[in-house]
Amino acid sequence: MSSPLSREDVAHLASLARISLSDAELDRLGAELPAILDHVAAVQGVVESASADVAPMSHPVPITNVFRADEPSPGLSRDEALAGAPASEEDRFLVPKILGEEA
Amino acid sequence: MSDLTRINASDLAAQLADGSVTSVEATQAQLDRIAAVDGDLNAFLHVDAAGALKTAADVDARRAAGETLPTLAGVPIAVKDLINTTGQPTTAGSKILEGWVPPYDATVVARLRAAGLPILGKTNLDEFAMGSSNEHSAYGPARNPWDTGRIPGGSSGGSAAAVASFEASLALGTDTGGSIRQPGAMTGIVGVKPTYGGVSRYGVIAMASSLDQVGPMARSVLDAALLHEVIAGHDPRDSTSIDAPVPSVVEAARRGDVAGLRIGIVREFGGEGFQPGVQRRFDEAVAKLAGAGAEIVDVSCPSFEHGIAAYYLVMPSEVSSNLARFDAMRYGLRVSPDGNPSPSAEQVMAATRDAGFGDEVKRRIILGTYALSSGYYDAYYGSAQKVRTLIAQDFSAAFGQVDVLFSPTAPTTAWRLGEKSDDPLAMYLEDVCTIPANLAGVPGISVPIGLADDSGLPVGGQFLAPAQADDRLYNAGAALERLVPAPVLEEVVR
Repeated sequence: MSSPLSREDVAHLASLARISLSDAELDRLGAELPAILDHVAAVQGVVESASADVAPMSHPVPITNVFRADEPSPGLSRDEALAGAPASEEDRFLVPKILGEEA
Repeated sequence: MSDLTRINASDLAAQLADGSVTSVEATQAQLDRIAAVDGDLNAFLHVDAAGALKTAADVDARRAAGETLPTLAGVPIAVKDLINTTGQPTTAGSKILEGWVPPYDATVVARLRAAGLPILGKTNLDEFAMGSSNEHSAYGPARNPWDTGRIPGGSSGGSAAAVASFEASLALGTDTGGSIRQPGAMTGIVGVKPTYGGVSRYGVIAMASSLDQVGPMARSVLDAALLHEVIAGHDPRDSTSIDAPVPSVVEAARRGDVAGLRIGIVREFGGEGFQPGVQRRFDEAVAKLAGAGAEIVDVSCPSFEHGIAAYYLVMPSEVSSNLARFDAMRYGLRVSPDGNPSPSAEQVMAATRDAGFGDEVKRRIILGTYALSSGYYDAYYGSAQKVRTLIAQDFSAAFGQVDVLFSPTAPTTAWRLGEKSDDPLAMYLEDVCTIPANLAGVPGISVPIGLADDSGLPVGGQFLAPAQADDRLYNAGAALERLVPAPVLEEVVR
């Protein structure tokens, strides 16, 4: 079985996924993930042993580029769109600072 | 217990149509039943008594005025809490959406409303539909009415428990890797995953977009078919929705004739890991189908055994992408990190996602992030996509030989709460029989085939059919239902 993922490895994945995991969570995932990865890694051997080159399948339905007619239709009102927001101000979503991070 | 809660939806619909009962009476009976037993089951996360009774009264008034209404008008239904409903919270079983009320209805909910079905409430589920036991709900697990110490299956466990315990005769579930069929099997009811693209997903909170499908849960095959016809069909708001006529599922459910039908038994679904009591009920069902004139054919689908490996790469990869939308900015929970008086948006996002997501959701997001990482993408996600092709090719080859495939729905009957909680991989392996259909986009049905003699708990048999041949499932399922009567729950076993 693969060796556990280090706390740093899991922390890197967590930062890519924007989740502030605690050290305990990082350690637990680092211990759990190798068993799952060992199981799923079987797909590599299956593909290598396939008799012919296999095309990847991203989706079960062979449809692409579905467009609707470019006609205006009613959408959510401003109040409806803002109703579930954690914070709003002057008919806008109010969010924490997005500029000057890591300053 | 009132008779109104025990009868099937089709029988209730007939009584509503001939005026021998009103929708208000039927809806009130279901609400009373929920009040009596849901404390033990936790099947519902939210009950909307006022809304359901209002719809019921409206249907009764229209019927009294002589209006001709859709078949299921007035029959109360439960809806999985992954599906958007205006006027009722939609939590996805997660703390990150606690109390959130959607600003619009899912298309399937709009169709229920248009057809006059009172919506009793929203049912419990594994958080964001991620699980096979309902234990990953942030609001406590739903419980199996056959034994409240056991899991009802998942992720649509609340819908399954509600239908099995007579809280509702109909429910909507969603199925990404078996989440309708497996809880159907665990609770002794009928559950259908339609063909991918057969039912709109507009307004259904996405887990894995290339796999998710909404479907009916009921106590009879005909009831499931009636509900299927209400929700299925093209929706311009869902780009994956199939623009083709809905298969004649109600007619097929009324037919229920397997004479001459070629039924393939998948060699890979059995043996090691399959509970003997499940295998015995399954073998008996096969013998009865043969006795009714079906031609039983042994088929091999060698790639199916790699379905779980492919699924646990494709699904978490899509999960990691889909759940990026929970960013604490426009809706849902917002948590500021401790000890930071002026946090950035990114810091708030990361703190919120830590506080709002449960362990299984985090596990899958991290797994998906790993599988999609540069350097691992080809080995993991790319290979999984190719295995998916091999599985689809196995289905094509099998459906060249037979009309439907038949297997147990799940390798075991319902396990005890907590029994597999510490071993995520063991839980994942429970989905071995159901996952291939999601990967290939084909439809499947689980039909109860009795109680296992070694556990005394319900067993399900699963038919699979080619894409857009959902009617074959209902035909075969209805035949099986007549040959092997469903087990009847006398009362919730506490």
